[in-house]
This record gives sequence, C-alpha cells and structure tokens, in this order.
Amino acid sequence: MGYVETRNLHKHFGEVEAVNGVNLSVEEGELVVLLGPSGCGKTTLMRMIAGLEKPTSGEIYIAGERVDEDVPPRARGVAMVFQSYALYPHKMAGDNIAFPLEAVGMARLAIREAVARAAGMFGITHLLRRFPLQLSGGERQRVALARAVVRSPKVFLFDEPLSNLDAKLRATARFELKQFQREIGTTTIYVTHDQVEAMGLGDRIAVMNKGQVHQIGTPQDVYDDPADTFVATFIGSPPMNLIEHDAGTLVGFRPENFLPRQIFGAQDDVVTYRFRVRRVEYLGSDRFLYGVLEERQRSDQTVIADLPVTITTPIAEGEAYEFAVPCRAQRQFDARTGKTGKRKTDGAA
Amino acid sequence: MALRKDVRVDAAPAVAFRHATLADREDLLGRIMLTPALVYVIVLVGLPFALAILLSFSAASAGSLALSWVGVENFATIIRDSQFQRAVLNTVFFTVTSQILVTVMAVAAANVLDAAFAGKRAMRFLILLPWAAPVSLASMAWTWIFDSTFSVINWTLKVFGLLEGWLYWFGDPALAMIAIISVHVWRTFPFATVIVLAGMAAIPQDINEAALIDGASFWRKLFQVNLPLLLPIVTVSVLFGVVFTSTDLSIVWLLTRGGPYNSTHVLSSLAFQRGIMGADLGQGAAIALFLLPVLVIVATVMLRMARRAEVGV
Ligand SMILES: Nc1ncnc2c1ncn2[C@@H]1O[C@H](COP(=O)(O)OP(=O)(O)OP(=O)(O)O)[C@@H](O)[C@H]1O
Ligand SMILES: [Mg+2]
Repeated sequence: MGYVETRNLHKHFGEVEAVNGVNLSVEEGELVVLLGPSGCGKTTLMRMIAGLEKPTSGEIYIAGERVDEDVPPRARGVAMVFQSYALYPHKMAGDNIAFPLEAVGMARLAIREAVARAAGMFGITHLLRRFPLQLSGGERQRVALARAVVRSPKVFLFDEPLSNLDAKLRATARFELKQFQREIGTTTIYVTHDQVEAMGLGDRIAVMNKGQVHQIGTPQDVYDDPADTFVATFIGSPPMNLIEHDAGTLVGFRPENFLPRQIFGAQDDVVTYRFRVRRVEYLGSDRFLYGVLEERQRSDQTVIADLPVTITTPIAEGEAYEFAVPCRAQRQFDARTGKTGKRKTDGAA
Repeated sequence: MALRKDVRVDAAPAVAFRHATLADREDLLGRIMLTPALVYVIVLVGLPFALAILLSFSAASAGSLALSWVGVENFATIIRDSQFQRAVLNTVFFTVTSQILVTVMAVAAANVLDAAFAGKRAMRFLILLPWAAPVSLASMAWTWIFDSTFSVINWTLKVFGLLEGWLYWFGDPALAMIAIISVHVWRTFPFATVIVLAGMAAIPQDINEAALIDGASFWRKLFQVNLPLLLPIVTVSVLFGVVFTSTDLSIVWLLTRGGPYNSTHVLSSLAFQRGIMGADLGQGAAIALFLLPVLVIVATVMLRMARRAEVGV
C-alpha cells in the first residue's frame, strides 16, 4: 500500500463531478505531481487528502491509516502550501512560521529554535519581523514553505505554489524546491497545470482530466509512452501529432521526431511522409514547421515539425518535402477509445 | 489627403461630445446628487446642533425663547446637581456594560451563524428580528416581562426554585438598571452581529483553512486568527454602539422614565426630562451636550485604532 493512497475517490458538487473515481498511490518519500488542465479536479483531490473537503465516496489512507471518515485536518499530519500562500496577515513572518508549533503546544524555546532552523533553510532569517504585506511574492512563498516544513509533517501538499512568481523566479524556486524535497525526503503531492514544472519536479506525474487520472508514470513515461490521446496531446509543446492511419487507428509522433528524411541514414528504420509546409516559425533555438501530410485522407489536418537549429536543411513555405519518423518513436491509439495500442515497431507505414 | 485625414480625426471627438448627456457630466451630476444629503445635514443636524450649543449658554425656557446669555452658568449648575452626577455614572456604566455584552454576544452569534447547519437562514432572520422591531412595541413587551406582579422571569425562577421572595424590577435601582441593559443589549446586538458577520465574510477562506491544517483548535483559531482580523470592523461596530448607546433616550424613557427616584437616568433622558418636560431648555441642552467632547475623543481614538489594526493586515 502506498504512503498516501486514494481508492475510487469521488467528489461531486451537485451536478459537477469534480473528482470522478481516482485511484492514486504515492510511495513514501516520493514527489508526485498532479498535472491537468484548469478545472480538472486537482485542487479538489488535494483538498480531500488534506481533509478540507469530504469525499462523496471512496477511501483515503495516509501512512496506512484510513483518514477520510473522521480524522480532522490537524490530525492527518499534512502540511499544505496554498496557491495564495494564506499567510496570516496580522502576524509577522516569524509568528506565521511558529503558528503550527504553538498549536501543538511546543515549548517557547524549542519553537524559537525550530523557526530559526526553518527560516535558515529558506534564507529568510532577515525577514522574520516583517508582516506578509511587506514581503514580495517570492519571499511570501518561502515563508509559506517554512511554515509547512516547520513541524515535520508526514505529507506535503502544494497547490500551485509557484504560480504567483515570475518566470525567472519560478525556475529557481522549482530547482530549490526539488533540492529541498530530496533532502528532507517528505512525501509530497504537488499540483500544477504547468507541464514544464511537472516534468522538472515530479518523480512521477499523474495526468488528470475531467476528474479522472489518465496516466501515472515518470516524466519520461508520460512523455514517451502516453496512455491515451489526451495525455499525448496535453503533454509536450507543441503537442504530439495525431494522424488517422487505417480505419480505427491513430498514429502519433512528436514534432521533434518528425524530421527531413535525409537526416536519417538509408538503413534506419523510419516511416516516410510527404510533408507540405504551409508556415515556418523561427524561434531562435528551434524552427516550427506547420503543414499537412499529402496522400492522406484527411489532408487538411495540421501536422507540426520541430527542427532544432542544428538541422539547417532549407525549407520554403508552400513546398513539399520528404519527412520521416523513426519507427520506435511512433505510437498507436485506438481512434474510438483513445487508448494506446501496442508500439508501432514493425516498420510499415 | 493628409489634411483631410486630420480633419476626420478631429471630428470624431466633436461628435462624441454632442452625444454627451447629463449622465456624463460628472461635475454637475455630483452636485445634484449631493444636494439632498447636504440639505439634510444642514437643516436637521447642523442647525439643531448649533441651536443646542447656543441654548446651553442661555437661560431659555420653553416659555420664552429669548436667548439671554448666561455664560457657563447652566454647566456650573448641573455639575453640582447630584441627579446629573448620577446620570453621568449611569450613562458610562450603561454604555460600557452593554457594549461589552453586545460585542461578546455578536462575535459568538456571528460564529454560530457562519457555520453551516440546517435552518441557518431562519436562524439569521430570528436573530435580526429584535433590530427590526419597533422599540416602543418591544418596550411594551419588556415592561410586561419585568412587571412587578406578572413578571415571567420571576415566575420561571420560582418554578425552578431559584428565587425566594420576589423581584421588583422597576422598584429597585440595581434591578432597574439590569432590566434597562438587558433590553438595550437585546435590541442592539443583532446589528453588531450583522457587522461582525460581514467582517467574517471578508476574511479569506484559505486563511481559515490554513489554520485548520496548521492544527489550530477552535479557540486558537478564534482568538489568534479570526478575532485579530476582525478587530478593525469590531472597533467600528463598538464605536457605533458607544455613540448610539450613550445618546439613546428611548429605552430608559420607555422602561423606567428614569425611576425609581430618578436613579436610572442617563444623560439624554435627564436632558429630556429637564429640557422638554421641565421646560428648562438651557439646562437640558447643557446636559445633552455634556458628553459631546468625551464622545469626540472616544471616536477619534477608536478610529485611530481601527486604522492601525488595518495597516498591520
Ligand atoms: N465548492 C465547489 N462547488 C461547486 N463546484 C466546485 C467547487 N469546487 C470546485 N468545483 C468544480 O469542480 C471542478 C474542479 O475544480 P478544481 O478546483 O478541483 O479544479 P483544478 O484542477 O484545481 O483547476 P485549476 O487548475 O484551475 O485550479 C471545477 O469544475 C469546479 O468548478
Ligand atoms: Mg486548483
């Protein structure tokens, strides 16, 4: 059994099925990212684990103990960092961090030590006597993190803690967060709708849509072997190309695997397509080519190729070229269910 | 070509201007809309107030409105008056006690009403009811509740064996004051509750949830998180209450008329008795104005406190 586990978890708000049968198992010490589009139920799932929301049905276990029925949030041993940080505005940063310790009745001296340690961990020692309003977004986030770690919880719950930071700060904060989580090894569930963040942070990623988990796996798993067409198109930017193959099958390949034929050796195992380029986008390190595959039934379907700068083949808009995909990079999906079939490795187009 | 283009660009604002109606004339509209309020304040607040100040320095009576200037004589007289001294103490006691009770009850009621439970709407309505009830009507009911012969309180206490003898509510100064305070608290706490409820609605939900997850018990959450965040609005509510209570005439007048033996007078009931019933307008005005400087100071201090508490947030 996982350290944090949900079994067939449902949460319905009237007509809305916010969480719709989620089975999630998080190992001890692991960082699992819940990734999905806005409104897919990530926050709701996390709030149920924290005890802020009562499940409509299903079970939740933390450290082997069933908690969903009558264990209140404070007895679950979880610490949560809210998207808004939810710092107490009338308390100084230091008192914010001390609050969870005061609540368990720790001695004052021990509290001061613990707060100093947590503050040192996040480099906010000089900010302890400031009110939240006097802190920048990044500083507030650190205070919120310090408040979460200070009482050594069993589980961390992070709800998009970096979304209020600017892009540059977010990259640093992400790195530090990962570093920090590795060090203290606390089981962590991290919610985000930013796939870069998810890929960078997660030991495993749970991809959610419409209240359901579509796939759980390592970042590489969900990227290379998406379980269905939703995961295939949600992960990756630009998303995986999906083209209709024979009846009932969709073939998928990533734009960065879709390259001019001459890049591959003559003996390489590839599938070739005739690719008419309609538009070329230069993005500095990459060239995006938008076009259609010729000799296909639904030829108006846009296909994207992502060429790194190292490939200097001249490409002109309006022209058609021979492009190819390595066979091992092609995936097949059932057109009706969207679920993945076996890998396409036989080499036939 | 370029010239004609210029002309057309210039023409656009002119067209827009022609369509500007009264609704776009902010300067004019502002003045028009402020006028009723201004008239109200000047005619019904400013003039009587100025008149009261004038009267307090004169020997005017209801018979002769001749404003013969007597300086501070009215004030000198009332300060030596033992009834007046009693009324000052009563006013302070009445105000402070009822405001403490109202605030505690309002915070408690707001917390109860904020929780989710069946029949919450009905409960809110019931709690607000005393506020909406006409004070004269309510006082009649309360006069019966405290009646010397028929008091239901006495009967109830008797039935449960908690009372020996008999309580004459309006016959004993202390009991009469208790009665006055009870009715006033009953009457004003709904409004305070509404204000506190509004303040609670303004506290972000996730702050409360963070406190839950951080392991705070109900009382810790109340005293360390919710009350400090409510402080600014509670201060304003108490300020309202203080001003409203210390200037209120109706409860005392309707329940006891200052009795027994003028022992429950507050300043406004005494001012009414002396100035209107006793026709000594000068003295009545002096009594009524006596608390004004105190109120101004209290209001200033409390507003400062409210602002300071808010800056911390
Ligand atoms: N208290 C509620 N009452 C009714 N519907 C709700 C409530 N909370 C959430 N929902 C609905 O449940 C669905 C899932 O919401 P949730 O907040 O879990 O999404 P999310 O994945 O966290 O989205 P985001 O990335 O935008 O934060 C949404 O359709 C939302 O409208
Ligand atoms: Mg969310």
